[in-house]
Amino acid sequence: MLEENSEVWEVFIQSKNGLAHKHVGNLHASDKKMALENARDLYTRRNEGSCIWVVKSTDIVSSESEDSEAFFDPSNDKMYRHPTFYKMPDGAKHI
Amino acid sequence: MDKNLLNYTIRLGDNCLVLGQRMSMWCSNGPTLEEDIALANISLDLFGQATAFYSFAEEIDNKNTADDIAFKRDANKFSNYLIVELENTNFGFTIVRNFFFDCFQFLFYERLKKSDCKNLSDIAYKSIKEVKYHLRHSTNWLIRLGDGTDQSNRKVQNALNEIWKYTDELFELDDLDQLMISNGVGVDSSEFKSEWKNLVDKALVEAKLKIPQNTKMISGGKQGKHTNSFTELISEMQHIPRKYPDAKW
Repeated sequence: MLEENSEVWEVFIQSKNGLAHKHVGNLHASDKKMALENARDLYTRRNEGSCIWVVKSTDIVSSESEDSEAFFDPSNDKMYRHPTFYKMPDGAKHI
Repeated sequence: MDKNLLNYTIRLGDNCLVLGQRMSMWCSNGPTLEEDIALANISLDLFGQATAFYSFAEEIDNKNTADDIAFKRDANKFSNYLIVELENTNFGFTIVRNFFFDCFQFLFYERLKKSDCKNLSDIAYKSIKEVKYHLRHSTNWLIRLGDGTDQSNRKVQNALNEIWKYTDELFELDDLDQLMISNGVGVDSSEFKSEWKNLVDKALVEAKLKIPQNTKMISGGKQGKHTNSFTELISEMQHIPRKYPDAKW
């Protein structure tokens, strides 16, 4: 019934206020409202979320696997970019 | 034991259980995977509400358990509205039926929240959040189908023509209703009939659907006079507990 006019949407759930939205999966829907409601029904049934984002899969720009050398390898040997030399202040969560 | 409160509570539970059972029949038959899960979620919400009412009934009764009430009563002892027991027929039909009932249930629970009976009021507070979502779901689909293609509009309009005759029953009051209203426990549904109609009209305009004229209204659910397919629904639902009375799983 809906196959020909439905699109794939990616779903992002924020589990608590202040945390980042995390990708949880995708679904089919034919408009924004339906995408949001389907996301609610499919991905928040066990009390997972406080906010939902849905984004059309076609609107996401992804890097290609053949680019991965140029994109990611140069950071391999730059340990100093990791903030591992600092002590975490007490009370700082979610970093 | 307050026999009237018991019967009134069971009646409220019956509407939830029967519609929940109808919705569960969509499981694995939904038009899409997503919608299949949405309908099953609604079914589970309704079973939850039925459980809440029947558990309170169990407390009042002190004899029959919530399971007895659901699974050991004959079909003609159920006092749900006819509209909730109508066969699903097709997706559009289910949406129209649910839309009418969701509008009703939303307004009903709004008032049940103010009931002098703390238990019923608590159930209403908890359930209305679910009903708000059910109403959102059915309203959006009603508009989508009504204002969709010629075919989808025709299908939901046909469904509406068929279902409309069961809507008056929602606002009829019998002796038990009158009694419960007068003691501050029950809800007077006749009081919000025009509010319900406004809510319905607003969505129907957007959905490009019309209410049929000169419809002969049908009722009888509260008196246990049900439609033909109801016995089958109940016997399927009760099949396992009746065949294996004390089965545990």
